Amino acid sequence: MTSHIVDARAIHKHFGTLHVLKGVDLKVNERELVFVIGPSGSGKSTLLRCLNRLEEPSSGSIVVDGIDMLDPKTDINHARRRIGMVFQSFNLYPHMTALGNVTLALRKVAGKGRAEAEALGRAALERVGLAERADHTPGQLSGGQQQRVAIARSIALEPRVMLFDEPTSALDPELVGSVLEVMRGLRESGMTMIVVSHEMGFARNAADRVVFMDDGLIVEQGPPAAIFETPSHERTRAFIGQIQRH
Amino acid sequence: MSGWDKFVETFFNAKVMWKYLPDILSGMVVTIELALLIVVTGLGAGLALALLRSLAIRPLNWLIIFIVDLFRSLPPLVIIVLMYFGLPYAGPAPSGFVSTWLSLAFVLMAFSEEIFWAGITSIPKGQWEASRSTGLSFGQTLFNVVLPQAFRLTIPPLTNRTISITKGTALGTVVAVTEILGQASSAMSNSYNPSPLMMGAAAYVVLFLPVVVAARWIEAKFAWKR
Amino acid sequence: MIEAFFNIEIMKAAWPIVLTGLWNTILLSLIVVPLGLFGGLILALLASIRHPLVRWPLMAWVDFFRAFPPLVLLVLLFAGLPFAGLELGGFACVAIAFFLNTGSYYGEIFRAGIDSVPGGQVEAARSTGLSRMQAMRYVVLPQAVRNVMPDLLSNTLEVVKLTSLGSVVAVPELLYEARQAQSITYNPTPIVMAAVIYFLLLWPLVRLLSRLENRALAGRR
Repeated sequence: MTSHIVDARAIHKHFGTLHVLKGVDLKVNERELVFVIGPSGSGKSTLLRCLNRLEEPSSGSIVVDGIDMLDPKTDINHARRRIGMVFQSFNLYPHMTALGNVTLALRKVAGKGRAEAEALGRAALERVGLAERADHTPGQLSGGQQQRVAIARSIALEPRVMLFDEPTSALDPELVGSVLEVMRGLRESGMTMIVVSHEMGFARNAADRVVFMDDGLIVEQGPPAAIFETPSHERTRAFIGQIQRH
Repeated sequence: MSGWDKFVETFFNAKVMWKYLPDILSGMVVTIELALLIVVTGLGAGLALALLRSLAIRPLNWLIIFIVDLFRSLPPLVIIVLMYFGLPYAGPAPSGFVSTWLSLAFVLMAFSEEIFWAGITSIPKGQWEASRSTGLSFGQTLFNVVLPQAFRLTIPPLTNRTISITKGTALGTVVAVTEILGQASSAMSNSYNPSPLMMGAAAYVVLFLPVVVAARWIEAKFAWKR
Repeated sequence: MIEAFFNIEIMKAAWPIVLTGLWNTILLSLIVVPLGLFGGLILALLASIRHPLVRWPLMAWVDFFRAFPPLVLLVLLFAGLPFAGLELGGFACVAIAFFLNTGSYYGEIFRAGIDSVPGGQVEAARSTGLSRMQAMRYVVLPQAVRNVMPDLLSNTLEVVKLTSLGSVVAVPELLYEARQAQSITYNPTPIVMAAVIYFLLLWPLVRLLSRLENRALAGRR
C-alpha cells in the first residue's frame, strides 16, 4: 500500500454557526497534481488552508509527509517548511526585495547562513525565470512577476507538497500564462501540487485528478477527462455546464 | 491600625473628602466651562483659517501657515505663562482663566486648521471640476460637495487632538485658575492630606474617560475601510 | 515694549540660566521619548494577543492613561506620594508620569500601525514556517512603523513640548529656568527667550510633519 503524502480525514470546519466543511476526506499521492474546483462558498480554500493549519479544523485528522499537523506537540513552524503555499493576493513583503522575500525563511527557519541563503534564493528565482529581478522590490514588479516570486519563496524551502489558493485569479489575463508555465515546470520536476483554481484549460492538460467540491463536501473526483466530459453527479454536471458557457 | 487602614485613612480620608467636595465640584464646573470654550472657539477658528486658506491668497496663506506653525511648536504651558505673566507689560492683563482659555484655543486652532486643511486638499480636484462645471459657485461647491466629504476624513485625528488639548485645562493651576487641580492643591495644603488630590484625580477620570470612550466609538464609526 | 520683552541687558544676564534649562530639556527628552516608545511597543505587542482576558484590561489601561491629564498625574506623584512615605524627586516623577502617559499614546499608534499591515502578510510569513514572533519582527513591525511614522513623529513632538510640565515640579528644564530668571529680573524677557528657543528647536519638526501628514491623508483616500 502506497502511503499518501497528504492524508486528510473527516475534516469538519465551523465558522461560528456556519458549517463550511462537512466531513471531507482527501488523499494525495506523491507527484500528483490535484485540481480542486467548485462554486464559491464550497469550502475549497478552507480545505486547502486547513492542510497547513492556517485554519484550525473543528475536527478530523491531517497527516502531511508523515507529520500529524493537528497534534499540539508538533512543531508547526518546522512542519510548515515542508508545505509551500501560494496565495491569490501574492502577499509578498513590500519592504524587502524579491531576493529578501525568498531568503527570509531560509535564514530564520532553516537556519542557513547569509551566503548560502542567497545562493539558494537566486537559484529559486532562476527556476521561475526572475533571476535578473532579484534586487527589485514588489512594487517594481508586475502581478505575474510578483506571483512567480511568491512561488520562488515557497520552493526555496524545498517543500514536499505545494498548495495553490487561486494563484491566478488576481492577475490580468495576459499575465496568467507566465505563472501557469512555472506551475507546469514544477509539475514536470515531480512536485506534489494541490491547486484550487478556475483555470480549467490548465486542469484539463496538467491535472492528474480533479476534485469537485460543493457545499462543504467532495461530490466527485477523478481524472480530468472523466469529470469534464462524463461527470456522474447532477451537481457536477450543472457546475461544468455553467463554467463551460464562458 | 493595619497598613491598609492607614493607607485609606491618609489617601481616602472621608472627613477631609467630604469637607472639600464642594470645592472639587466647583472646580469641575470651571474645568467644563474652560473645556467647552476651548473646543468651540478653537475648532471654529481652525475651520475659519482653513476656509480662508482655500481662497488661495498667497500672502494670507503665509501668515496663516506662520501662525499655525507658531502655535504647534510652542508648549501650551509656555503660551499660558507668557500671556499671564508677560502680556501685562504690554497693557492687557488677562486673568488666569482667560489666559488658559485663549492659549489652549490658539493651540487647538492651529492643530485643527492643519487637520481641516488636509481633509479639504485630499478631496480630488475632479470633485471641484465636476461641481463647478454644473454651475455651482466656489462657495456652494465648498459647502455642499467638498466639506461633507472632508468631514468624514477629519473626525478621527480631530477627536484625538481635541481631547489631548482640553486636558491642558489642568495647566490653569499654574496661573491660579480655580479648576479641579487648583482646588485640589489648595485643599491639600490646607488640610495637609492628599485625599483632595485623589478626589481631583477621580473628578478628571469622571469627566474625561467617557469622552475618550466616546471618541473611540466615533473613530470606529468613521474608520476607513481598507 | 522692546524694553519689556526683548531687553538686551536682561537677555545677556539670563542667557546662562536659560541655556542650562535648554540642555536639561534636551536631556529630559532624550530619556522620556525612548521610555515612552519602549512602553508603547510593549503595550502594542501585548494587544496583538487577541485573548479577551488580555485585551480588555489592556484597553482599559491605555484609555485611562490617555484620559488622565499628565499634569495631574505628575502632581499626584510629586505631592501625593510623600504622604505614603515615598519622596521621589521631580525628575523621577516626570519619568514615571511620562512613561505611563506617553507610553499609552505611543501604544495606540503602534497598535494602529500593526493593524494596518494586511493579514495576508502574516499568513505568508507563517506559511513559510516563521514563528509568530519572527513574523512580527521581520515582516509586520517594519511595515507597521513605516505606516505610522508621521504619527510617531507627531507624538514625539508632543512629548518634547510636555517636558515643560517639569517646571511645575521644579525640574530645572527650560521653562523653569526662564521663570526663575523672570522672577529675579522682574522682566518677562527670559520667557520670551524660552519661547523663541522652543520655536527654533521644534519648528523644523513641525514643518516636516506638516508635509508628511498632508501626504499621508491624501494617500489614504
